[in-house]
Amino acid sequence: MTTDTQWPLWEVFTQKKQGAPHEHAGSVHAVDKEMALQNARDVYSRRNEAISLWVVPTEAITASTPEDMGSFFDPANDKAYRHPNFFKTPGAKF
Amino acid sequence: MSIKNLTEEELEKRFHDRIEKGEIIEPKDWMPERYRKQLIRMMSQHAHSEVVGMLPEGNWITRAPSLRRKAVLLAKVQDEGGHGLYIYCGTETLGISREEMLDGFLTGKAKYSSIFNYPTLNWADMGAIGWLVDGAAIVNQTVLAKCSYGPYSRAMVRICKEENFHHKQGYEILATMMKGTDAQKQMAQDAINRFWWPSLMMFGPSDKDSPNSGDLLKWKVKLFSNDELRQRFIDRTVPQAENIGIKLPDPLLKWNEAKGHYDHGDINWEEFYNVINGRGPCNKQRMKQRRDAHINGEWVRDAVVAHEEKKKSEKVAA
Ligand SMILES: [Fe+2]
Ligand SMILES: [Fe+2]
Repeated sequence: MTTDTQWPLWEVFTQKKQGAPHEHAGSVHAVDKEMALQNARDVYSRRNEAISLWVVPTEAITASTPEDMGSFFDPANDKAYRHPNFFKTPGAKF
Repeated sequence: MSIKNLTEEELEKRFHDRIEKGEIIEPKDWMPERYRKQLIRMMSQHAHSEVVGMLPEGNWITRAPSLRRKAVLLAKVQDEGGHGLYIYCGTETLGISREEMLDGFLTGKAKYSSIFNYPTLNWADMGAIGWLVDGAAIVNQTVLAKCSYGPYSRAMVRICKEENFHHKQGYEILATMMKGTDAQKQMAQDAINRFWWPSLMMFGPSDKDSPNSGDLLKWKVKLFSNDELRQRFIDRTVPQAENIGIKLPDPLLKWNEAKGHYDHGDINWEEFYNVINGRGPCNKQRMKQRRDAHINGEWVRDAVVAHEEKKKSEKVAA
């Protein structure tokens, strides 16, 4: 029916208010970064849901895989001493 | 434990345990092929419905009775386009391309909600759609926001926030007309007479005839059956109708104290299947409008690509 391609995919991150982190909102298709930003605004911030937007080419993102879930995060498992409640501090108030 | 050396059976068992525990499935997680397929079917149909849904209301933007109503309707229709986009991008995470989905849609292979194959004959229909059609959508989507697939559930959370505006603006249109002249009241009543039953059909076939429900319930994609959600919609809509003096066109609609629900008359399922299978009042027109829009937008998409290619070749030259 057409010779269209769907254009590259971009992941959209929105910051809800000043000082807040940017959070993943979804994705858009766009040929370049300007268009990606405009589409992200139209799709993910029609009611001032964002005061700042990031768009990142999806292919530029490297993610851990679910199969790694166990082993990849293992090194943190046996280090309870990284948490403050590991320590005994008799009587003292913090 | 690595999942790499588990058998298909063990993986499936592990998947069901996760679902049972109420865990959320994410795109890269292992999932049964049937789960993926059913989700693709259901989510893409949902996305197509949002997009087709722009047509019956778009029909009245230029004829809205005031600038306020026009701005509101324009914003609502734009939201529906946005809903389509949220869900398309959620569906893409299951490994189907946007192109493939659009192709299914434009060739008529994929279905969309039967409600959008009914005509919008006058302004009161904008009220009926906002109140009933978006009202039914809210009931469906609020539950889907808790479904087991992460991207679908997150898209639904976003959509639900916007639907309340759609719902209330529709109700406001009808409430205003019901305080107007006799002709206006009649117009509002006529719109409800036409949209009530098709709105009930939006929840899909009765439980005993719903072929896909079993799996979807088991996988917690659906959390309630079609009939349960339909009942929920009826129960919350009847008092809203009474509140503005509009009659719902069902002589059997009556509060049942023992059940704690409204009883209602039988739905004309023959009509439902006719509309689903392409024989509704506007099926052909909707598909033609959708295809024409796609074809008429082609030069814009071509221009965008040509511009991008030109920029790239300039960069290489420089
Ligand atoms: Fe919607
Ligand atoms: Fe809506």
